[in-house]
Amino acid sequence: MTELENINPHIYKKCEDRKLTKDDEDEDVVDPFDEREIFDLIRNINDPEHPLTLEELHVLEQSCIKVDNEKNTVSILFTPTIPHCSMATLIGLSIRVKLLRALPPRFKVSVEINPGTHASEHSVNKQLSDKERVAAALENTHLMEVINQCISSPLK
Amino acid sequence: MGKLTIHQSLTGHVGRVWSAAWHPTGTLFASCGEDKTIRIWTKTGDGWTAQAVLAEGHSRTIRDVAWSHCGQYLASASFDTTVAIWDKKTGEFECNATLEGHDNEVKSVTWSRNGNLLATCSRDKSVWIWEIHNYLDQEDEYECVAVLNAHTQDVKKVSWHPAQDVLASASYDNTIRLYKQDPADNEWGPGAVLESHASTVWSISWDSTGKRLASCSEDGTVKIWQEFDSSNSLGIACPEGETVWKCVCTLAGYHPRSVYDVDWCKKTGLLATACGDNRVRVFKEVVPSASEADQQPTFELVVTSEAHSQDANKVAWNPVVAGMLLSASDDGDIILWQYEDELGLAECR
Repeated sequence: MTELENINPHIYKKCEDRKLTKDDEDEDVVDPFDEREIFDLIRNINDPEHPLTLEELHVLEQSCIKVDNEKNTVSILFTPTIPHCSMATLIGLSIRVKLLRALPPRFKVSVEINPGTHASEHSVNKQLSDKERVAAALENTHLMEVINQCISSPLK
Repeated sequence: MGKLTIHQSLTGHVGRVWSAAWHPTGTLFASCGEDKTIRIWTKTGDGWTAQAVLAEGHSRTIRDVAWSHCGQYLASASFDTTVAIWDKKTGEFECNATLEGHDNEVKSVTWSRNGNLLATCSRDKSVWIWEIHNYLDQEDEYECVAVLNAHTQDVKKVSWHPAQDVLASASYDNTIRLYKQDPADNEWGPGAVLESHASTVWSISWDSTGKRLASCSEDGTVKIWQEFDSSNSLGIACPEGETVWKCVCTLAGYHPRSVYDVDWCKKTGLLATACGDNRVRVFKEVVPSASEADQQPTFELVVTSEAHSQDANKVAWNPVVAGMLLSASDDGDIILWQYEDELGLAECR
């Protein structure tokens, strides 16, 4: 990538690691999925054009994640760094793929753009919610290489 | 109220099952999915088993399968941009023709009633019509006779009219389009545009007469469309004597998620849906008294079944056995159901 779309993005601080409690280590305690756990799964996804995580760019925030463990739903709102970001679909797809691999299949995951933060949010949302197009994208080797790079272990 | 009883749950596919189609005799069906295989299921004794697995035809997901009405041919549509035609001329199912031309994933395939036409549609926004030439002692030939570019987005589904050479297609552009041949020059052209859905139209199904069409959508609704000709008693205008299509009923509030498939049973008139909430639903038309015959139709939900553990993708009524339904899901299973009404009948119309 030669030209960066967003040359000088705001960088935010990462949040503290989750404090482990006694219950977390007790195998007998039922531990339902919560917002923090979902956030931890996706906050270290790398931005496609900067050596920064989606958390550091405030693309993802814990407050924009909703989880209903009983109803098997997870809904994520993400905020592109600029309103014309051409990477929006790719970022959304990376979040989808990460959760597809990490969560049990009972979950219905919706990934959408934070309302009002992108020029073509409607069409990006429609693509991201079309499971047939997502399935076709996951069979595209080139695209999957890029996505796997984004969701691989965080850059140090 | 009706009842759906599980007859059998069939496993075999690895990963998502996208589609399945009954053979016209109702004694076997084909299924397909992301594992790139087609399975042919038949009844042996009390249960259904996969009699054959066709694994060599496609290099990517197989999205849809369809039997010709004569029952001799099976067509499969794949994300690998091709359509394969299978037959059993040698005794075993073999792929004897591959149709190429689409620029992108093929989403659906359908045979015309008299068997001489095939239609396919693709992510490339086009609908293709193929003419089939059968020769004795020679290979069958498939010739593309029309490329229809009326849709502005990904085309999800194509379906031929049950009696005439009229084709319907449903798209990501939220519309349904009809196509027929111009009698003057035999050229295929776009006809009516059916606009009302607020999002992707995933599937369409004709009723037994071909005068009505059901559609289902990402918007969570099912719509019933009806054809009106110039003699209609409702005063609906038909410019230039052409028939017009109107949405006469919307089933809203029943599906909390995308409706991925709808099938209108040609035997019983029952409507089945496959939904992203894992459930299969059956709707029945409330038959109006004679004096209300011209009123808009109403449908009631007669049964909801917690069918699968993930999205239901496909529903198909057995064309011979009244009330027998199959559903296929992202969870990899195919379930065979039997529908019965409160009297214990499958209500053959």
